[in-house]
Amino acid sequence: MLACLFLSGSCAAIDTSEPFADPKLQARYLVLTHELRCVQCQNESIADSPVEIAADLRREVREKISSGMSNQQIRELMVSRYGEYILFKPRWSARNALLWLAPGLMLIGGGIVGWRVLRRRRALLTDDDTPLDEDAGQR
Amino acid sequence: MNRFLLPLGAFALLALVLAVGLKNAPEKGVIVSPLVGKQGPAYDMPDLHDVARRVTSNDYKGSWHLINVWGSWCEACRVEHPVLLAIQGEARLPIVGIDWRDEEADGLAWLQQRGNPYTRVGVDKESRVAIDYGVTGAPETFLVNPDGVIAYKHVGPVTPQIWREQILARLPASTQ
Repeated sequence: MLACLFLSGSCAAIDTSEPFADPKLQARYLVLTHELRCVQCQNESIADSPVEIAADLRREVREKISSGMSNQQIRELMVSRYGEYILFKPRWSARNALLWLAPGLMLIGGGIVGWRVLRRRRALLTDDDTPLDEDAGQR
Repeated sequence: MNRFLLPLGAFALLALVLAVGLKNAPEKGVIVSPLVGKQGPAYDMPDLHDVARRVTSNDYKGSWHLINVWGSWCEACRVEHPVLLAIQGEARLPIVGIDWRDEEADGLAWLQQRGNPYTRVGVDKESRVAIDYGVTGAPETFLVNPDGVIAYKHVGPVTPQIWREQILARLPASTQ
């Protein structure tokens, strides 16, 4: 119930399956089903999707957890069938490195540009006491 | 001059990144299957026409064949059906049907009504084979080589053009 409150806005029963008796396994089940993309609807996780294939994928996750597979093994199994696409959160790989680093790089780039602009403006304020037409001639 | 160099360079870099992204973007959201070039997952399904028999991945080992995922509920399969019948008519390779998430009676009625293009049809009510094959919707078609390796996958109805240019073109000259 608590997990329901945190993980999705409403508690509408899309996933009607019986929860695991072991709360640890149930927690893993909730994590995995929220990480895997519904392959038919593309913008929902399989936990939130009402379509039949999502229900079948939830059953698949449930069975793999019961059979003793780790979260990582289950993710890899899903990727081997559906491709990287099935994971909402792209994995850290050479191919995806730019994707992950881009926001940081942009922030640093923007910071450098901003700092340079500010410095130049400050320099203008203190130094620029030459008449306007002379200044224009210098450029 | 110098003051334009930095923004211009930044713009060129952004344009390059976007161009690469656009070029690599999956076409209209079609998921590229990681299974192509790999061994097709094994399957063992009940036969739609004879519950006592099984349709298994060993049945067509040694020959090129198609695996076609369909269902009587599937609208696009209606469009594809005549093309499958034509392919069967050419008798180049067997077509294994997977009746996916369907009632047997509905699947059988569909084939009786429209004709049966399949050499064998397996029943996959619980998506077990479909999930192993990374199926996202019906119809989907796999071309499997004699070693059981998936040579090509098509999402959506097979058209005469897909048949000629993507499937026939991949078959060795002896079967063509």
